[in-house]
Amino acid sequence: MTTQLTEEPPKGKVIVITSGKGGVGKTTSAAAISAGLAKRGHKTVVIDFDVGLRNLDMTMGCERRVVFDFINVIQGDARLKQALIRDKRIDTLSILPTSQTRDKDALTKEGVEKVLDELKTEFDYIICDSPAGIERGAQMAMYFADEAVVVTNPEVSSVRDSDRVLGLLSSQTRRAETEGADPIKAQVLLTRHDSARIDTGEMMTVEDVLEILAVPLLGIVPESKAVLRASNVGTPVILDGPSNAAAAYEDAVARLIGEEVEMRVLAERRPNLFHRLLGRTA
Amino acid sequence: MSFFGFSLKSRRPSSAQTAKDRLQVLLAHERRGGSPSPDYLPQLQSDIIAVIRKYVTVEDDGVDIRMENGQEVSSLEINIELPSRTTAAG
Ligand SMILES: Nc1ncnc2c1ncn2[C@@H]1O[C@H](COP(=O)(O)OP(=O)(O)OP(=O)(O)O)[C@@H](O)[C@H]1O
Ligand SMILES: [Mg+2]
Repeated sequence: MTTQLTEEPPKGKVIVITSGKGGVGKTTSAAAISAGLAKRGHKTVVIDFDVGLRNLDMTMGCERRVVFDFINVIQGDARLKQALIRDKRIDTLSILPTSQTRDKDALTKEGVEKVLDELKTEFDYIICDSPAGIERGAQMAMYFADEAVVVTNPEVSSVRDSDRVLGLLSSQTRRAETEGADPIKAQVLLTRHDSARIDTGEMMTVEDVLEILAVPLLGIVPESKAVLRASNVGTPVILDGPSNAAAAYEDAVARLIGEEVEMRVLAERRPNLFHRLLGRTA
Repeated sequence: MSFFGFSLKSRRPSSAQTAKDRLQVLLAHERRGGSPSPDYLPQLQSDIIAVIRKYVTVEDDGVDIRMENGQEVSSLEINIELPSRTTAAG
């Protein structure tokens, strides 16, 4: 899993983690993916675009160290170097927190572009944690992206919103507006996958979701207690000891950088058949 | 064992307890100032640069402010990169 890449890593590839629907696991995924990339030695920065409701700092465990933020940098009150928080666990990982107080209008296209351009000179990967919705914050997070990870739960409203977002990615972004540019490479990351509920027919299967969305699958992250534990202690789940969720994110990170990893459905330890029958009749 | 769904035993260190502690620290700061990083920091920074410039030449990005919010106290760490001694003395 920790094999060094033979290929040169890209300089400053911008990847947006987006979804449309709220609470599907974008921030969890942004934290895990950026930590996973950094762990492999890639210089990585993760940016919180959720202005006014920042949570990435909590998930990364650096909330006590925030002095300046993304908005301060855009507005010229601080330099980028001062706002970047170097992760204490992995030295190739940095966090650019956002402001709790300002409103979304503080994100300007020009400002975001300037910050991203500066980050590109220093980082291999720039991970943008998008807010929910399809309003300004989400649009700014995706506008300059080279790739997109569309976080989706196997559930109708989430799949529907992912479809909206895929539409925006292919129309309202710089790559879409620039003639001759390759379109954004979008992949679905299916999270909170619950095999038990899928077996009972309550939840759509991976195949159902992919058939509807018609984009490649980046990975399948199981519903897992490890995610809650990791967020409690402020550690990206990938760094918080072995778990199925961590293994699933490791696989996703490997695929993101072009490695071929066979798709597997990891599950939280499942109750045996006997238990399930009992549970159903009860 | 807890029969009523809660226990009077002293809490063992759990991740939920860590979560609570972290939130208490963070929210105490946010409620006080609306933001964990006070709004005066950018101004403070340029004031510091101005004062130091009375004595030595420092670059604009030679001043680095870091803050760490704690339960009882917060600390502000200010690192100032001074030019090498020859220039400073000159
Ligand atoms: N695989 C998972 N297993 C269990 N819980 C999860 C999983 N992924 C995310 N969660 C939980 O779901 C909640 C929402 O996750 P998260 O904050 O990452 O979503 P989000 O998409 O960033 O939300 P928002 O739209 O508000 O920004 C959190 O409580 C998180 O712990
Ligand atoms: Mg989020």
